Amino acid sequence: MSGAWFAPHPVMPGILPVLETELMPATWILALLAALAVVGFVIGRARALASAGGDGRRLHSLPGFYGWHVAMFTFALPLLLLVVWMIVQPLYLREVVAPYLPASALETSAGTTIALQQLGGVAAQITAAEAEGKLDAAEIRALASQPEALAERLTAAGITVADPQTAVAAEEFQSRQRVLDIAKTAAVLALAVALLAWTVARTNRDFRARNTVETGVRYLLIGASVIAIFTTIGIVLSMLFETAHFFKQYDWTRFFFGTVWTPRFQGESDLGLLPLLWGTLYVSAIALAVAVPIGLFAAIYMSEYAGPKLRSVAKPLIELLAGIPTIVYGLFALVTVGPLLRDWIAQPMGLGSSGSSVMTAGLVMGIMIIPFVSSLSDDIINAVPQSLRDGSYGLGATQSETIKKVVLPAALPGIVGAILLAASRAIGETMIVVLGAGAAARLSLNPFEAMTTVTVKIVSQLTGDTNFGTPETLVAFALGLTLFVMTLILNIVALIIVRKYREQYE
Amino acid sequence: MTDASLPHAGAAPASPSRKGSLLELDARTRKRNAAERRFRAYGLTAVCTGIAALVMLLISIFGGGASAFRQAFITVPVTFTESVLDKKGTRDPADLAKVTTIGYGKIIDTAIADWMAANGIAQVEGLADKDIGAIVSREAAAQLRNRVLANPELIGQTVETKMLANGRIDGYLKGRVTLQSAETDSNVTLGQLRLVDLMRDKGAMGLGFNWGFITAPDASDQRPEAAGLGVAILGSLYMMIVVLVLSLPIGVAASIYLEEFAPKNRWTDIIEVNISNLAAVPSIVYGILGLAIFVNFAGLPMSAPIVGGLVLSLMTLPKIIIPTRAALKAVPPSIRDAALGVGASKMQSIFHHVLPLAMPGILTGTIIGLAQALGETAPLLLIGMVAFVRDFPSAPPSGLFDPASALPVQVYNWTQRADPAFVERASGAIIVLLVFLLAMNAVAIVLRRKFERRW
Repeated sequence: MSGAWFAPHPVMPGILPVLETELMPATWILALLAALAVVGFVIGRARALASAGGDGRRLHSLPGFYGWHVAMFTFALPLLLLVVWMIVQPLYLREVVAPYLPASALETSAGTTIALQQLGGVAAQITAAEAEGKLDAAEIRALASQPEALAERLTAAGITVADPQTAVAAEEFQSRQRVLDIAKTAAVLALAVALLAWTVARTNRDFRARNTVETGVRYLLIGASVIAIFTTIGIVLSMLFETAHFFKQYDWTRFFFGTVWTPRFQGESDLGLLPLLWGTLYVSAIALAVAVPIGLFAAIYMSEYAGPKLRSVAKPLIELLAGIPTIVYGLFALVTVGPLLRDWIAQPMGLGSSGSSVMTAGLVMGIMIIPFVSSLSDDIINAVPQSLRDGSYGLGATQSETIKKVVLPAALPGIVGAILLAASRAIGETMIVVLGAGAAARLSLNPFEAMTTVTVKIVSQLTGDTNFGTPETLVAFALGLTLFVMTLILNIVALIIVRKYREQYE
Repeated sequence: MTDASLPHAGAAPASPSRKGSLLELDARTRKRNAAERRFRAYGLTAVCTGIAALVMLLISIFGGGASAFRQAFITVPVTFTESVLDKKGTRDPADLAKVTTIGYGKIIDTAIADWMAANGIAQVEGLADKDIGAIVSREAAAQLRNRVLANPELIGQTVETKMLANGRIDGYLKGRVTLQSAETDSNVTLGQLRLVDLMRDKGAMGLGFNWGFITAPDASDQRPEAAGLGVAILGSLYMMIVVLVLSLPIGVAASIYLEEFAPKNRWTDIIEVNISNLAAVPSIVYGILGLAIFVNFAGLPMSAPIVGGLVLSLMTLPKIIIPTRAALKAVPPSIRDAALGVGASKMQSIFHHVLPLAMPGILTGTIIGLAQALGETAPLLLIGMVAFVRDFPSAPPSGLFDPASALPVQVYNWTQRADPAFVERASGAIIVLLVFLLAMNAVAIVLRRKFERRW
């Protein structure tokens, strides 16, 4: 836990002007589109009613649908154009100014983004200076072929540029951006007006407005459900690219099979996954050793023995454990459990003197995942048909014998699924281990020693000073991908098991 | 499962023939009954352990954090001496602003010394003169300065003023700092603590409710007494607005499509597995996504509530979709059939009838999803919300792009600081967080109780 963990991030210069020039016009365009849509709604509705001689019953659809039809086209399609434009324009500008950027900035997407933001900041200052009359667009355009003169002219206007090269790039950036911004506004508004005219023109009493509107709404719904897919693709791609960068700089066998983890700022780091993986699995194993017996017995007691009164009190209380934020458990581990274990167990037995240890994190995490085991197991035990129990009682078995020999074997697949889900939760848990397990990467069997996990190292490599060109930072993405793949496999296997199990008794 | 009971069936004839009364249990029955009781006891123990863990957790947090809401204050008459604060006597705001907090520190030193003189305290054992003013928080000087700048008429007057005490003094009043611990502590002297005792006896010092803890921004490492949650609460609020605005409509739209329109084919199956998997992806992975895409690629500012809100929205989406689909499914088909029967289109039957009926369930799910997002820490660490932020973000929408903190991250931030007073603050912040969560869950429960219909 070094001081650098909570060091403030370096402020990115010039970012606010960029955002203002990007967002403010977009807000205005949006407001204009909304106004056009409202006008379109009124016109469309009125025109449809007029075409039916004021008698709504002679229209194909309800009058409102004609209004919605016009409004939908006037608003949604131009909005789509605007969004696409706002994504494509920076990519295009990036290509335009790429030759001017230093090669070091282009190596990583973060470096490129920062360099572009700085350029954007200068460009925004130029725009502001032009608006104040300090600079003349045509004049500096003419200076573009003489970098030194341009840089001097900008400095005279109170704009600081790092070097002449930047000045040219910023000028290039600014002039193209200005043209594109005007083109964007014009294109979006022109499209909106054109669509307004077209949809109003095709509005008459036989037009099937409802069907058109409903098809549009349907596309909207499909779009919303596809976002889930995009999120997954985004997760995988974002980690895959940076992981590929990482493996270009660091041998993958050394990463996956390395047993030493010592990142250094100067480079020459050893970034072996095994100690982190060991810590992760050790903590998770302790957590499961706590949570599985408690959760399972609690589930059995509540579904088989407890009366409705006890159940209605105990079940929500135990499920409350799942609703408590993990940072609360982290603090609990740091302030209460860690010192308690250290003073009463680890030190008297000579096992260690650290408050943060695998045992601390494991115990607290175990408490956290009790409800994950217990409520899913509870559902699953309840789903075992009563006839199986009755059959067993009929043969003279006691209740506990029935549970052990009949109910649990029948519910086993589902319970395994529940435990796998809990394991995936334990592996991916971050705050408890950050605050409870420690930061030292080591391969050791002593549970009272501080060890570290994959998630702790993701946090420590990506907070504080980060440089996305170095393997020390990029390794976090490889760790993230490893974590994602591990939990993905556990989740999918668990989901399939639970699903199969549910079908069995439905 | 007949095979499971076979051993019993086989064992029954082999049992020895019974002698004596039927009411007297034989050894095997007693053993089986004991096993039964044991098994039951294990179950009860497990339930009790779970509840005990919850109780311990809450006691630990509330026991440690409740005192953060009370703070030591010193109330003494302060003379705003003109010769120090406004040498020219012009009351010109520019001149007044030139006096730094050092000048106000002197005013405070004098005020305490005057109070001692007025109460006949000439000498306190082990108290050096330079330490007298140090019992007041360094933040108090800044607060006095702001007061004078806002109201220059104070200059020349003597006003009874309530000032924050130093963090160690606060700890002494709360029992965290003792005379023993002070001997080895370089930040506080025994003399100061004796003075504090005297001041407490005379009513010039005491604990009061600490509004600053809820409204003030974070303070630096050396001033735990002044650290507050204002920026964090505002940042969390901004993020929740973003999450609500994005994930509720998108989540409901996606659920409607998947539940009502989607054909049952491979494509929708992929979407469904995807959504259940997204609900179980570790939260830190979303943080990596946010850092790589929203910050590094799209160039949104770090530490900004908009980025946090976007990341949390993606996380919350599957958690809203799953209960929303359940709520839609719970509306009986007869409602749909009746709507279709009187000529409504499918879209109309859903938006006019099914959706309103499912609304209580949807809102309950949304609130619970929001509550989870509110407590989420790990992804926010990666997008820079750990930064030390002292300025309040401006009003939305532009405030969404200003740096801010978040409640759970503030807790983490404070646990990483050296001064033990911050642990009390962290626990106190958790109490605030839990109060918010409790309120949200209470609303969800009321919604469910009041509006949910069983068909």
